[in-house]
Amino acid sequence: MDVLYFAWVRERIGHPKDCIETPPGTVRELVEDLCSREERYAAAFADLSALRVAVDQQLSDFDAPLDGVREVAFFPPMTGG
Amino acid sequence: MEIRVQAEPFDFGAEAGAFAARQAGMGAVVTFTGIVRDLEGGGLRAMEIEHYPGMTEKAIEAIASEAADRWHTGDLLVIHRYGPLAPGEMIMMVATAAPHRADAFQAAEFLMDFLKSRAPFWKKEVAQDGADWVAARDEDEDALNRW
Repeated sequence: MDVLYFAWVRERIGHPKDCIETPPGTVRELVEDLCSREERYAAAFADLSALRVAVDQQLSDFDAPLDGVREVAFFPPMTGG
Repeated sequence: MEIRVQAEPFDFGAEAGAFAARQAGMGAVVTFTGIVRDLEGGGLRAMEIEHYPGMTEKAIEAIASEAADRWHTGDLLVIHRYGPLAPGEMIMMVATAAPHRADAFQAAEFLMDFLKSRAPFWKKEVAQDGADWVAARDEDEDALNRW
């Protein structure tokens, strides 16, 4: 599964993408796994209310299951237009 | 429905003219374009726009389809740029066509409200003394509730 980061989430983590071999059950568990890796992940995910998540390119939430999912993305609230 | 996500500039006048010219049977065309606003007092070097290739197009299609379902519209056009832009450059445009103007105006406002907060773009302002990501505003999120 690919995990993508955009905007300041990407900058804090230091790269745009990770590949996860065996995804955990939910987005929240994925965040916990990432945070336990390195401090920069913990810094990026410190305040989940400041983050949005997309699962297979659809806006989703942190309790979403990851079974069969190919792509998860984390980013700040969007500022288009 | 036409959706373009591109780095290149677009010619607003030509796009608006061509869009209006192909709306046989419609009575109204509304267009909106967003431009890069300089900082108060000037000094903006660039506005860098990042997006999520793949999701961006899908998200805009979903927003435009919703607009087409809600109002009696004809054609819809959305162009949104990404990459580094200079102050005054056009970032994006929407055009809506409808038999009567109320539907065209409302569909355009709906498109703008949702493009602002539900299409995966992020703006970064680059000034002489550093760069900052533009924070989403509560008013923009609140604006979605009126629909």
